[in-house]
Amino acid sequence: MSIETNEFRPKIVAFCCNWCSYAGADLAGSSRLAYPADVKIIRVPCSCRVNPMFILRAFEKGADGVILCGCHPGDCHYTTGNYYARRRMTLLFSMLDYIGVENGRTRVEWVSAAEGVKFSQTMNEFVEKIHSLGKNVRLGDLRCKN
Amino acid sequence: MQELINRAKELLESGEVARVLGWKAGDLPYNPEPAYFEKAEDLKDFVYNGFCGANLSKYMIEASKLEGKTMVCLKPCDTYSFNQLIKEHRVDRDKAYIVGVGCKGKLDIEKAKKLGIKGIESVSGAEMSDACDTLTFQTIYGEKSCAYADAMLERCHVCKGKDHMIYDEIIGESRDTKDAERFAEVEMIEAMSPAEKFAFFQEELSKCIRCNACRNVCPACSCRKCVFDSTKFDSAQKANVDSFEEKMFHVIRAFHVAGRCTDCGECSRVCPQGIRLHLFNRKYIKDINELYGEFQAGADAEARGPLTNFTFDDCEPSIVAERG
Repeated sequence: MSIETNEFRPKIVAFCCNWCSYAGADLAGSSRLAYPADVKIIRVPCSCRVNPMFILRAFEKGADGVILCGCHPGDCHYTTGNYYARRRMTLLFSMLDYIGVENGRTRVEWVSAAEGVKFSQTMNEFVEKIHSLGKNVRLGDLRCKN
Repeated sequence: MQELINRAKELLESGEVARVLGWKAGDLPYNPEPAYFEKAEDLKDFVYNGFCGANLSKYMIEASKLEGKTMVCLKPCDTYSFNQLIKEHRVDRDKAYIVGVGCKGKLDIEKAKKLGIKGIESVSGAEMSDACDTLTFQTIYGEKSCAYADAMLERCHVCKGKDHMIYDEIIGESRDTKDAERFAEVEMIEAMSPAEKFAFFQEELSKCIRCNACRNVCPACSCRKCVFDSTKFDSAQKANVDSFEEKMFHVIRAFHVAGRCTDCGECSRVCPQGIRLHLFNRKYIKDINELYGEFQAGADAEARGPLTNFTFDDCEPSIVAERG
């Protein structure tokens, strides 16, 4: 495989909850399911741990897309964490949309520990979506650019 | 106003309250400032007129820690903030004697200045006893006047109502000032394309000088330690703020008060750069109303805030993309 320097490779940050989605990613790996290497996983104790600032900070530092994965509603290890995360993220995504960030750059998906296939599918889809949206030019620290 | 001063005097002299929290004249005819009055004779400086826009409920956080009761003058919209602070255990209801003061709409001197009224020496027509239909300014260029409503703060045009949510007594008359739709501006922005939205907020927020006035005045921003004071947060100082950090600051500032913001409009009032900060808060309020049911923070001191609550069948975050 040759190294294409001009090809756009998106940077994707995936926040995965320790109890479901991280295990789901693990299952995807051990089941030899392919998902793009552009996805960088950050393990969090619960989807509710994700502060809206984490998402903004990821964009600031150059992420092209941010996805949050957690247990299915009702299956949270801490009983209700993902319900709070769901409300928070809805409001945050709506606000990002409001200030002019394309709404495809943010996503929430519920992935259980048994859903390795769903994990890899979701990531493939999401990377494809970010590919079509292109580089994140609206957010991001301009000082880091030439 | 005299009625208010007389009542304050009575309460101070009887020892029922230890201090009065109100407004005193500032150095210009149109900038009264919040003030404490501890002696009855100090009350000669007390003012309450159309320029007293400041929301005094946040001052009650500190006043609640003082010895004795404080008589506090709250306008109808300020009582929402006070209720919200009770809910958050930031103020002590027993330490406050709330005098609900009437409100005929508060004024924004910048709007008058934009109408070409400059060099103002004195203002009349803004007293509580006045009809509040016309404002008359004595300026160095002679007498000028404008309609009261033309110089009113934006928030008064979309007033929540003139009923006090919490009070011990009410002094003074109110007049309904609502003449615009609260979410009209937000809806206008929502209808723009992403590029237009981005350009709009870029222009609006690049004016920000990070003076933190919006944070300091906000009755919902009452944390003792604030994330924006952290040295680890990049926009702690203006020096290292870039175009995105300005947005991040305002998005986060509004997010921290989402579900608790009563839409008192203080942030927009105090912004020295005239940024319409309420556009952020109101977007959150609009979303909460649409997605989780009508909610007015501070309407009572018991209801659970929408972000500290949930239902099993809340919408998924993908609704943002679906509704376009």
